[in-house]
Amino acid sequence: MVALGPPSRTLRALLRELRYWSAATDRPYRDTAAYRYLVEAFRAHRVTSEKLCRAQHELHFQAATYLCLLRSTRNHVALHQEFHGKGERSVQEAAGVVGLTLPQQPGGKGWES
Amino acid sequence: MWRSCFRLGASGGSFPRRPCLLPDARLGPGDQAGPAPGLALLLRAYAPPAERKKFYQNVSITQGEGGYEINLDHRKLKTPNAKLFTVPSEALAVAVATEWDSQQDTIKFYTMHLTTLCNTSLDNPTQRNKDQLIQAAMKFLDTDTICYRVEEPETLVELQRNEWDPVIDWAEKRYDVKIGSSTNIMGPDIPAKTKETFISLLASYNMWALQGIEFVVTQLKSMVLSLGLIDRHLTVEKAVLLSRLEEEYQIQKWGNVEWAHDYELQELRARTAAGTLFVHLCSESSTVKHKLLQE
Repeated sequence: MVALGPPSRTLRALLRELRYWSAATDRPYRDTAAYRYLVEAFRAHRVTSEKLCRAQHELHFQAATYLCLLRSTRNHVALHQEFHGKGERSVQEAAGVVGLTLPQQPGGKGWES
Repeated sequence: MWRSCFRLGASGGSFPRRPCLLPDARLGPGDQAGPAPGLALLLRAYAPPAERKKFYQNVSITQGEGGYEINLDHRKLKTPNAKLFTVPSEALAVAVATEWDSQQDTIKFYTMHLTTLCNTSLDNPTQRNKDQLIQAAMKFLDTDTICYRVEEPETLVELQRNEWDPVIDWAEKRYDVKIGSSTNIMGPDIPAKTKETFISLLASYNMWALQGIEFVVTQLKSMVLSLGLIDRHLTVEKAVLLSRLEEEYQIQKWGNVEWAHDYELQELRARTAAGTLFVHLCSESSTVKHKLLQE
């Protein structure tokens, strides 16, 4: 009942996600354990003469779930960086929001040494 | 769920700063009984610091006696309670290693859902046994999201009927139970036989898979949707969409706010996908049968 589409599409999308993730580290994505494991798993479960192979559907579902996990984590981190990652403004920036600047006292403030 | 971290003998973490690290603030059904005061102190010490600098270069997987272990550089990964981090399944170990490997500069614990689930299963900080976990999950059935209907506006009523009724029908047929839906404020009236069927179904899973199931039920606020996910009847995207049906309806009507709606959507998808994957990887066993080519 699940509309998953062809397994090759899921595999290609998964490898693309792995490529994004390992763009962070300098190692090529083909070296990662995840890449090797996925390619081996897809290859191993492909060879079957049955048309409705339950194990293949299970693997495809797991792969689709993992793809969703990788994709949504990446989007979540990107959204967080963009909207929630800036932290507090400095005092100068806060004044600049309403068009003010901080006063300058060339002699220093009274309590500063 | 309680976040977790890898501690190198450092003291217990400071209280997390960002709201997203606190337990999900969405309305759940009724009040879940809080832990006893003694446990509350223990749980506070279990809360991790928000972010740490990345202190390792390489992540690798080795096989020990208890299962698969993760190595960060040459150090073995440990849970927050200083137990050795072992997982029974290789696929799960690969996924956890990928999580640790994909961190850049700082370690963002709030994105490492699979690691968190494994830590919770290994440590069991709330010290719940199997029955308590099943009860916690079953509590969501009484006010299940897809059984709890509105009476107006008319378009939302119809949307709920079109989207949620097929899932309820599937669950009723699949598990041979009666669930039904209601617009009553008390929620649907679930017969005891249905509850017994579901309890015995949940009892057939091991402790690790149950932690995952309870996590998914808590995220989606619906028992029936979680069953659909575990049974591979729904994809994660579809289940999350069904769980957030009213929000999607309002978004279509009033517009999408990226920093709130999309943020929550992606986070919910990530957690649900992690929970589902965790359940499947912990409850499966695979055997390889080689077919002999017959000339």
